[in-house]
Amino acid sequence: MTVLSGWGGYPRIDTEVLRVRDEADVARALDGGPLIPRGNGRSYGDSAIGAGRTLDMRGMDRMLGFADGVLTAEAGVLLSDVIEAFLPRGWFPAVTPGTRFVTLGGAIAADVHGKNHHLDGSFCDFVDWVDMIGPGGAVRRVARDDPGFDWIRGAMGLTGIVLRAGLRLRPVESGWIRQEVRVADTLDEAVEAFESRLDAPYAVAWIDGLARGAALGRSVIAFGRHAARDDLPPEARTDPFAVPRRREVPVPFHLPDFALNRFTVRAFNAANLAAGRRAEAKGPHLVDWARYFYPLDALKHWPRLYGRRGFMQFQCVLPLETSRAGLAALLDRIAAAGLASPLAVLKRMGPQAGRFSFPMEGYTLALDFPVSDRSLALMTALDDITDGHGGRFYLAKDSRLPARRLAATDPRVEAFRAERARSGADRVFASAQSERLKL
Amino acid sequence: MSGAVLVLGATSDMAREIARAFAAKGHPIRLAARVPERLADDKADLETRFGVPVTLHAFDALDTAAHAGFVAGLPELPEIAVCAVGLMGDQAETAADPEAAARVMRTNFEGPASILERLADAMEARGSGTIVGISSVAGLRGRASNYVYGAAKAGFTAYLSGLRNRLAKRGVHVVTVLPGFVRTRMTEGLDLPDRLTAEPSEVGAAVLRGVEKGRNIIYVRPVWQVVMTIIRALPEPIFKKTSL
Ligand SMILES: Cc1cc2nc3c(=O)[nH]c(=O)nc-3n(C[C@H](O)[C@H](O)[C@H](O)COP(=O)(O)OP(=O)(O)OC[C@H]3O[C@@H](n4cnc5c(N)ncnc54)[C@H](O)[C@@H]3O)c2cc1C
Ligand SMILES: NC(=O)c1ccc[n+]([C@@H]2O[C@H](COP(=O)([O-])OP(=O)(O)OC[C@H]3O[C@@H](n4cnc5c(N)ncnc54)[C@H](OP(=O)(O)O)[C@@H]3O)[C@@H](O)[C@H]2O)c1
Repeated sequence: MTVLSGWGGYPRIDTEVLRVRDEADVARALDGGPLIPRGNGRSYGDSAIGAGRTLDMRGMDRMLGFADGVLTAEAGVLLSDVIEAFLPRGWFPAVTPGTRFVTLGGAIAADVHGKNHHLDGSFCDFVDWVDMIGPGGAVRRVARDDPGFDWIRGAMGLTGIVLRAGLRLRPVESGWIRQEVRVADTLDEAVEAFESRLDAPYAVAWIDGLARGAALGRSVIAFGRHAARDDLPPEARTDPFAVPRRREVPVPFHLPDFALNRFTVRAFNAANLAAGRRAEAKGPHLVDWARYFYPLDALKHWPRLYGRRGFMQFQCVLPLETSRAGLAALLDRIAAAGLASPLAVLKRMGPQAGRFSFPMEGYTLALDFPVSDRSLALMTALDDITDGHGGRFYLAKDSRLPARRLAATDPRVEAFRAERARSGADRVFASAQSERLKL
Repeated sequence: MSGAVLVLGATSDMAREIARAFAAKGHPIRLAARVPERLADDKADLETRFGVPVTLHAFDALDTAAHAGFVAGLPELPEIAVCAVGLMGDQAETAADPEAAARVMRTNFEGPASILERLADAMEARGSGTIVGISSVAGLRGRASNYVYGAAKAGFTAYLSGLRNRLAKRGVHVVTVLPGFVRTRMTEGLDLPDRLTAEPSEVGAAVLRGVEKGRNIIYVRPVWQVVMTIIRALPEPIFKKTSL
C-alpha cells in the first residue's frame, strides 16, 4: 500500500500502486478489482487515487510517430516532453494547462483548457483519436467525431483507460509570445477587457483576491499570441525557438502554516499589480513560452508554500449571462473572508463540448486555499453562489465537493452514471473522487 | 555525428532511460534484448523524440557461444556499449534450487562478462571505446537477503575493475555503475526509502555524465557512497548480526 495525494497534498489516501509499461500490462490489471489510471498526479484532489488500486501510467511514455502535425504517443507522455521534442521543430501544443507536467492521458481525461478556450476549445478538440481500453478489456480506436469520444473527454478515467492518442500540434514560428498587458481597476473593466478582445488567441487574468469595495475584481490581464519570426529582434531570428533557460527554484521544505497570510499575500498582490502596470506601460512585448504559459513550473514543489496540511482549489465556471453578477458575489465573499489566495485566475471560456467535459461558455474562476475549517466553510459558501448562478465545478481541481452538490449543479451527472452502468465501467473504474461524488 | 551506443538488456527501465540520454545527444542507438520485437515501440520513441537511427538486435546473455557472432553482426562496432542485463531472483528460491541459483549467477556475471570481453577485444583492437557495466552495491558486501545476487554482482564488479585496468593504456575506458536502489520492474512492490531510491531517468543522466567525464565508478545518488562506506567498515562480528 502507498499513501497518495493529488497536487494539493489533500486528501491523502491509501491505495495499491501498479506501474504499467505496455498494453498487455493494462489488460492484465483490469481483472483484479476496481482501479483508476493516474497520470502525473497534477490534479489537485482525489481524481487520480484509486479506490483500491491505482494504475501508474507513466511507464507508458513512448512517442510512436509524428506526421503531418499529428503526434502519436502513449498516454503517459508528458506535455513537457512534447514541447522539448517538438518546439525546436516548430510545433507547440494547441491547448495547454498552466503546468506542462501533465500526461496526455490526464489532459484528455480532464479535457483540460488553456488560455485560448474562447477561440480554440479544449485539449480534446486537438485529439484526432484515442486507443481506449474499456471495462471488458477490448481495445478500440475512437475518433473525435465518433459519438463514443464524447464519453471519454472529461470523463476523469471513469469510462476507460486511454492507451494512446493522436495529438494535433500547432505550427509556431518561434518560442516567444507577443504579450500585451492590461490592468483593470474593477471587475467590470476586467470583463469588458475580455469581451472586447475575443479575437486575442490567449487571454488570462490574475485577480487580486483581497481587493474589496470599489477595487473588487482588480486584475492584471495578459493577452498574447505566438510571435512570428518577424516579430523577433534580428539577433533572435537565427534561432527563433531558443529562449533563455531559467533555473528551477525549489521551495526546499514545507513552510509553516502561517507563512501565507493576509499580510504576505497583500504584499505579493501589491507587487504583482505594480508589475502589471509596468508591463502595461511597455506596450506589446515578447515573453518566452515558459514564462508565459508556465510561470509556476519555475517554482519546484510550490505546494510546500501552503504548509504540511496542503491546499485545495476552488474552480467553477459560470454561464455568460450570470457571469458578472456571479463573479462579483464570489469575489466579494472571498475578500470578506480574507483567506489568503495569491493565485486567483479568471478566464473566458467558449462553448461546451462532449458529454461530461467541464467548460461552458462563460467565465471560469480558480483560487487556492490552505486546508482548514475556515477554508472549507468559505468554499461551501462559494458552492452556494455558483449553484445560485447556474455554474458548475471542475473535477480536476476538486477534493471536497459533496455528491449532492455535483448532482444539483450538473444535470449531466445522471446520464454519465447511466453510461457507466451500461458499459460496465462502474464495476471496473473507481477513484476516491468517484466514490465521494457517487459517479 | 557521435558514435553508436549499444544497450544490452534494453527492455529494462534503466536501459530505456540510458538509451534516451544518449539519443538526446545524437548517438545512433542499438537496442539488444532476448525478444527484440518487444522493443518496436521503444525504437519508435527514440526516433520520434530525438531523430536518431535505431536498430533492434536479438541477444541472450546466457547464450555465450553466440556472443562473438552477435558482435560481428552489429551494423558497426559501437563507440559505447552499456550492459544492463541482470536478474535479482528470489533469495529463498535460489537457496533451494541450484538451477535458479546458477541462473542468477550466470545472468549477473558470466553472461555480461562474456559479451563485454568480446566487445573489449574489438575495441582494444580499434584503440577506442567505452564499456559501461551496471553492477550493484549489493556486490560490495554479501547480505542474507540476497547474497547469491550480491556474489554474482561482486564478481561482475571485480571483472569490470580488471577490464578497466587492462584497457587503461589502450584507449578503452570502463565505467562501473553502482546504482543503489532504483524504481524499476526489478524492485516493483518493494518498500524502498525515498531518499535512497533513484528514478530510472536519474540513472540515464548519471551514466551519460559518467561516460562523458570518463569516470571509473559511479553511484547514482551520492548518499550511497556514504551508506556503503559505513556498511563496508562495519567489523564482521557486528555485521553478521545485522539485518540490513
Ligand atoms: C499548476 C497547475 C496549473 C493547472 N492549470 C490548469 C489549467 O489551466 N487548465 C486546466 O484545465 N487544468 C489545469 N490544471 C489541472 C491539470 O491540468 C489536470 O488536473 C490534468 O488532468 C493533470 O494531468 P495528470 O497527467 O497529472 O493527471 P492526473 O492528475 O494523474 O489524473 C487526472 C485524471 O485523469 C485520469 N487519467 C490519467 N491518465 C489517464 C489515462 N491514461 N486514461 C484515462 N484517464 C486517465 C485520472 O484517472 C484522473 O481522473 C493545473 C494543475 C496544476 C498543478
Ligand atoms: N533496480 C534496482 O534497484 C537495481 C539496483 C542495482 C542494480 N540494478 C541492476 O540494474 C540493471 C537493470 O535492472 P532493472 O532494475 O532495470 O531491472 P529489470 O527491468 O529486471 O532489468 C533486467 C534486464 O536484464 C535482462 N535480462 C535478464 N536475463 C537476460 C538474458 N539472459 N539475456 C538478455 N537479457 C536478460 C532483462 O530482459 P528481459 O526483459 O528479456 O527479461 C531486463 O532487460 C540490472 O543489471 C540490475 O541488476 C538494479
